[in-house]
Amino acid sequence: MSQDTAAARPMVSVRQLTKRYGEHTILKGINLDVAASEVVTLIGPSGSGKSTVLRCLNFLEAPSSGEVLVDGERLGYVEGPGGKLLRRAEADVNRQRAEIGMVFQQFNLWPHKTVLENIIEAPMLVRGTKRDEAIAIARKLLDRVGLLAKQDAMPMTLSGGQQQRVAIARSLAMQPKVLLLDEVTSALDPETVRDVLDVIKGLAVDGMTMVLVTHEMSFAREVADRVVFMDEGIVMEVAPPEQFFSAPRHERAQAFLSKVL
Amino acid sequence: MYDFQLILTYLPDLLHGLWMTVLYTVGGLALGLVIGVCAAVLSLSRLRAMHWLVRAYVDFIRGTPLLLQLFILYYALPSLGIKMSAPVAGVLGLGINAGAYLAEIFRAGFEAVPRAHVQAARSLGMSYWQTLIRIELPQAATLVLPPLANEMISLVKSTSLISTISIAELMRSGQIAVSVTFAPLEIYSVVAVFYLLINLSLANLVRWLEQRKGSGARSEARRTLMDVGV
Repeated sequence: MSQDTAAARPMVSVRQLTKRYGEHTILKGINLDVAASEVVTLIGPSGSGKSTVLRCLNFLEAPSSGEVLVDGERLGYVEGPGGKLLRRAEADVNRQRAEIGMVFQQFNLWPHKTVLENIIEAPMLVRGTKRDEAIAIARKLLDRVGLLAKQDAMPMTLSGGQQQRVAIARSLAMQPKVLLLDEVTSALDPETVRDVLDVIKGLAVDGMTMVLVTHEMSFAREVADRVVFMDEGIVMEVAPPEQFFSAPRHERAQAFLSKVL
Repeated sequence: MYDFQLILTYLPDLLHGLWMTVLYTVGGLALGLVIGVCAAVLSLSRLRAMHWLVRAYVDFIRGTPLLLQLFILYYALPSLGIKMSAPVAGVLGLGINAGAYLAEIFRAGFEAVPRAHVQAARSLGMSYWQTLIRIELPQAATLVLPPLANEMISLVKSTSLISTISIAELMRSGQIAVSVTFAPLEIYSVVAVFYLLINLSLANLVRWLEQRKGSGARSEARRTLMDVGV
């Protein structure tokens, strides 16, 4: 990260984020800034709250307290008169979500639509893009992820890796400001993982702001600008990958790395 | 002795009855589908009042006989000043009745659509309604085809009950013919064949739809199993 971008407003800003389900507290006051064009990976043991952070970042989960700002705008809420928090109208939340891409572990392509239809659906419905234009964009994205030949295929006929690349293309079709990737290679066969990681790496090179939860430590090291280590709902350590993987400061991080590396 | 000549004589009347049965089935089904989808959507909505309203409707309709419901519409409501012709009461009765069963079928269909598909849609900025109509409804429609076929076939047979509010559908046409000819064997066997014709066509139509729509994992798996001869 250069000095300039560090001084600029962060693309994503998480302040004192907590998330509770009943008695159970998943996130205990997360603070995190992600600069524009920065790639941040969240790592940590399962149950540490990584995925919950991602889901709060596009308001699939509402924070119990604290705030998430994307490009300076608070997600899900506005401050009313007297500092009172008001829930945004649904249309407003939808507009915010449309600007934040999310790619899921299980791809979640819609099985009743072809690859191309999966990609053009949201641009046409949400942004009102003309069909021809949406198709042109979709084909460009499919070409980019190496699947133009599969545009008329049904998702079920594709391999996991191919489905995941379509899912990435589907998110990119909305031209999001930030892309969130939730363990996108965890459900894949080993031989298809590389294709997906290459696509993500290409996006990083192009300057896409990304927050990714991953178990691929070598990939985290390769693509991330910063590594965020979480455990039990707390950010334990934030460091550049070379520093984190060679000399983690926190003993929990040391213990975790000794298990996974 | 089986009198074929007699069948030919009464065939026009019976064919007219068949046509009426088809018309009332289509009318009842169309109304039932609209009511069923709306009721299913309302019962899944976040509004508790709507949920309970649908619950009460479904419980009442499923808990009382269709015959009674038709009698209420046609014979009882006029006492409250609500009068309707027999055809209107017939279509309304069939539609409202089918709607309750279809509501449960569609609710189950909607609930079977993976939540992850919905979340993917919402994460792309699609609204609740856009997601419901574009993502959930098409998938639910495919899932509910088999129970839908059951309900349609049941509806065809239920139309025989509207003969009791003086509508000359297939069953009633048969009864009239029998009352004149005293030949129940000939007439009722033709009526049975006609009902079978409608229902077998319906069943095959749905089967064909299922296969056409069957691009999901199950049919994929079935194709694979066919390849290895299982």
